[in-house]
Amino acid sequence: MMRARVAYGGAIHEATPGPRAAELRLADGRLVPEDAVVWLPPVEAGTIVALGLNYADHAKELAFSAQEEPLVFLKGPGTLIGHRGMTRRPTGVKFMHYECELTVIIGRPARNVPRADAMAHVAGYCIANDYAIRDYLENWYRPNLRVKNRDGGTVLGPWIVDAADVPDPSKLGLRTFVNGQLTQQGNTRDLVFDIPYLIEYLSSFMTLSPGDLILTGTPEGVVNVLPGDEVVCEIDGLGRLVNTIVADDIFGR
Amino acid sequence: MAAGCAAIALEFEPFALSGNVYGALLNHRSALALLGAAVDAPPYKAAPRAPVLYIKPRNTLARSGDAVQIPPGVDELEVGPSLGVIIGRTACRVPAAQALDHVAGYLIVDDVSIPHDVFYRPSIRLKARDGFCPLGSAVARSAVANPDRLTLRTTIDGAVVQVSDTADLVRSVAQLIADVTEFMTLAPGDVLAVGVARPPPRVRAGQCVDISIEGFATLTNRFVAESR
Repeated sequence: MMRARVAYGGAIHEATPGPRAAELRLADGRLVPEDAVVWLPPVEAGTIVALGLNYADHAKELAFSAQEEPLVFLKGPGTLIGHRGMTRRPTGVKFMHYECELTVIIGRPARNVPRADAMAHVAGYCIANDYAIRDYLENWYRPNLRVKNRDGGTVLGPWIVDAADVPDPSKLGLRTFVNGQLTQQGNTRDLVFDIPYLIEYLSSFMTLSPGDLILTGTPEGVVNVLPGDEVVCEIDGLGRLVNTIVADDIFGR
Repeated sequence: MAAGCAAIALEFEPFALSGNVYGALLNHRSALALLGAAVDAPPYKAAPRAPVLYIKPRNTLARSGDAVQIPPGVDELEVGPSLGVIIGRTACRVPAAQALDHVAGYLIVDDVSIPHDVFYRPSIRLKARDGFCPLGSAVARSAVANPDRLTLRTTIDGAVVQVSDTADLVRSVAQLIADVTEFMTLAPGDVLAVGVARPPPRVRAGQCVDISIEGFATLTNRFVAESR
């Protein structure tokens, strides 16, 4: 099952795909065009854990050597926006890039969970586009929140897809298109640390709770994006996550 | 909220913490002074320009009186006493001159860490373990004349181990709020820990840490060996 959270007609609704393409069915029975709603992040996120350099090719692209321990950072909920939202690129920045990532949504509390049991703690999956502005990457507590926790800098959605409907999350193709042109391509089979390992690792020191998210990292192929660009992240079976880059003026800056 | 940590209520607006706790590192002059010339050497190569922020996730949140568990294989933990600002009104691009208007109150935060002395890309497992962020009782903004003139006194088993002052922050409370909200909005109930003095006191299993600020209830936590 695929579930979205959308705003429509003055309220927030759960929505599922409608009978026709580009149509949504709200929980109250209304059928609405998918571009008539405001798409929200599909989950009210708890702790947001994100992985850096978790695809061997991307690590190479950024000139990092292989790691012994997952490179993990945290985000706050204020950075999340939904499908079809706008993300601001500050004036004067030289390198802002998208990152298409498979996102795991935790469904059951997890503490000291061995890898063999880890997948039972997963509720479902969605796509994240985890923007970064490399200009702001300083050498203290990398990657700092100014790079990775900006308002509107983490696009999430469009749907939560139930774990039962994703039979093998370790074989999903990821693709990013900028203005229709394929710029990033990878497959979750190339994750350095796979999902069961990440749940085992994280739960060895922190309790994961329902609604917590794990953004599993991005493959190679990140390129600079500019105001006006439409960035679409796709993952097999999870849909297409659309975002538009805008300039400061939209935000009154 | 995480295991053992119910939603934390406030007696004033916004009436509850959001559970999002952010903190600023290297925002106390003593922390930069301790690094000395290392600030300009690899891997850092320069003093920080923007605020160096981190997140204490919801599993870390604890209250006064809760025991903090020291994991197996670790002899001591670092205590991180800080003033925490409780946001009262949505703060986005707030100028320093108006920053305190967005503050609902204050509390004592103990940013507990497994000791580490490299700050390039430390693992979150050093700071994000369950129970590693005890929070004290909240005090309304009106009860604090000047958040940049508060003295934090930390004792371990009654002996004073650190006295620090918010007058020694690199960025004042208002300036920090201004610089943080330039790129990330702080929401009502969010907490921003404004900075920890270094070197940090260290605590062993069996010891009790008290952190106090005049006019605030003391934050008291016993540290115990983790039992699996």
